[in-house]
Amino acid sequence: MSKRIEVHDLNVYYGDFLALEDVSLQIEPRSVTAFIGPSGCGKSTLLRTLNRMHEVVPGAHVEGEVLIGGNDLYAPGVDPVLVRRQVGMVFQRPNPFPTMSIRENVLAGVKLNNRKISKADSDDLVESSLKGANLWSEVQDRLHKPGASLSGGQQQRLCIARAIAVSPEVVLMDEPCSALDPISTLAIEDLIEELKQEYTIVIVTHNMQQASRVSDKTAFFNIAGAGKPGKLIEYDDTDTIFSRPSVQATEDYVSGKFG
Amino acid sequence: MTTTIGDRPSRMPVTSTFTDAHLPRLIEVWLLLAAAAVSGAALLLVGFNPAVWAVATAALYVIAIGVSSRLVENGRKAKDRVARALVTIAFLLAIIPLVSTLWTVLVKGIGQLSWNFISKVGQATFNPATLEVTRTAGALQAIVGTFEITGIATLISVPIGLLAAIYLVEYALTTSHLRRVVTFLVDVMTGIPSIVAGLFAFSLFTLIVGPKAFSGLSASIALSVLMIPIVVRSSEEMLRLVPTDLREAAYALGVTKSLTIIKVVLRTAIPGIVTGIVLAVARVVGETAPVFIAASFTDNFNADPLNGPQQTLAVLAYTGYKFPGKDIAASNQEAWGSALLLVIIVILFTIIARVVARIFAPKSR
Ligand SMILES: Nc1ncnc2c1ncn2[C@@H]1O[C@H](COP(=O)(O)OP(=O)(O)O)[C@@H](O)[C@H]1O
Ligand SMILES: [Mg+2]
Repeated sequence: MSKRIEVHDLNVYYGDFLALEDVSLQIEPRSVTAFIGPSGCGKSTLLRTLNRMHEVVPGAHVEGEVLIGGNDLYAPGVDPVLVRRQVGMVFQRPNPFPTMSIRENVLAGVKLNNRKISKADSDDLVESSLKGANLWSEVQDRLHKPGASLSGGQQQRLCIARAIAVSPEVVLMDEPCSALDPISTLAIEDLIEELKQEYTIVIVTHNMQQASRVSDKTAFFNIAGAGKPGKLIEYDDTDTIFSRPSVQATEDYVSGKFG
Repeated sequence: MTTTIGDRPSRMPVTSTFTDAHLPRLIEVWLLLAAAAVSGAALLLVGFNPAVWAVATAALYVIAIGVSSRLVENGRKAKDRVARALVTIAFLLAIIPLVSTLWTVLVKGIGQLSWNFISKVGQATFNPATLEVTRTAGALQAIVGTFEITGIATLISVPIGLLAAIYLVEYALTTSHLRRVVTFLVDVMTGIPSIVAGLFAFSLFTLIVGPKAFSGLSASIALSVLMIPIVVRSSEEMLRLVPTDLREAAYALGVTKSLTIIKVVLRTAIPGIVTGIVLAVARVVGETAPVFIAASFTDNFNADPLNGPQQTLAVLAYTGYKFPGKDIAASNQEAWGSALLLVIIVILFTIIARVVARIFAPKSR
């Protein structure tokens, strides 16, 4: 259950503003890919084009192709709702549904879509998803407490459980640890390591160590200046990017000279 | 003297750089009593008057607290104390009308409240033996009319208002012309005087049904003209408070926009929306002029909102005073009684809304 992602000659616009120019890259199934780069270079934008979430912003559109498992996300007739059922997303700030319990949050993808599910099946789904998110042991005896009663790091893992409960092919994470403390961050990094056995994972991060710890490949994006489009500068194995990048800007960035 | 470790040195009059001279803790109470005593004594010489006494006490207190703080403390604290005194006085001034109104209604209306008043229709009975006509007070027709007219108005306004708010927040682009038109019309509707809403409903029904087209439904239409903008405004605000994060979280799970709105956005905003709706109901339930015009008034029991005049508590309070029956005192009593009933109903609504909001409110433990 995981698919290859191919991006071909992608331009992303917000209205008239070209936010990301001419991006091409391939992401292998069952791997972790990190997007790094200074703020505003379009990492989130690219991530959100991978599940058509960017078009929640009025006027946002793309040119080019994004293939997931060989299917073009932007072909005519593609339903973004169906895309998002296969490409899950975890956000920067943990956002469990405040009106739902822990259990209901995990089942949100099923329940919000009005799908019927038996009690036994939902119990299984809750347990397997929470185990998959390394949260089960911490919450198994308080599944009916509100999601908001958990700590920030637990909430973020709850959001991961919620995302994998709909069995996606791909999980996108936009700076999933930037609002968390170091211990919770480690918990999530361990989790990412496990999740890649089953899912294709793309993660945006501002943390170089995190990128080098968790990812197999790293894409470095940069921007020439305010108002200019972001570009993919270099995309390679994580080791290569961090030890002997071929572009000077990448080296400057990963060694902390700017950004 | 031996000191053990952990003993804190006894408090010495050390001059700490953090402390400053300050007035005793209860100075405000003492000064207030003194101001009251002094102004009271002065007034006794020229003739006592409670209103003048209150004003003089307040003025004296403000001056006294300002001057003493200035002398003992410093300029900043003096300003703080004077400002605090002024704010408190302003608050008291503001609640005087409220308390006085409630008190008057309570005192004058409480005698009228009885099970008969609530459960019977007011009527005159003729006793053939004594040839006496006795009037029994009753507000049942007005209670039924109030609930029907306000209920129908709510049934009309809430769907329209809520859907308009959902359109404005969830669907309309910021650049959309329709959005601007809707917002503008809602603004205009907010400013419509209630009498105009009544005339609108009355003339509408006159056009459709013919002359003397009094009915409860007509009054409901008038009230919904007043309610819709309030519901739109408050719901719109509540929907905007729902974080975008939550909508995106639902989209990311492959939930459709409509289901996201119903099951996430509305579900999260419902406590605030309910509160807004109840405020709108409370605002129109006491409307008199539009109901008077559109539904007229009647002492007869009429539970059919489609035909004939209907009575509401607010209108009964008005007519009981303005068009009393033979027994003027009894009619006036009836007016006070229905005013009190109205206040009680509004308070009950508010309490129910609180409870509903509490039940639906997001919990964090
Ligand atoms: N909703 C939006 N509307 C318009 N422009 C946006 C929006 N979101 C992002 N942008 C612009 O797109 C560019 C890339 O932003 P983003 O993808 O958020 O960068 P990053 O995640 O790398 O910090 C920035 O110039 C930003 O101003
Ligand atoms: Mg970002």
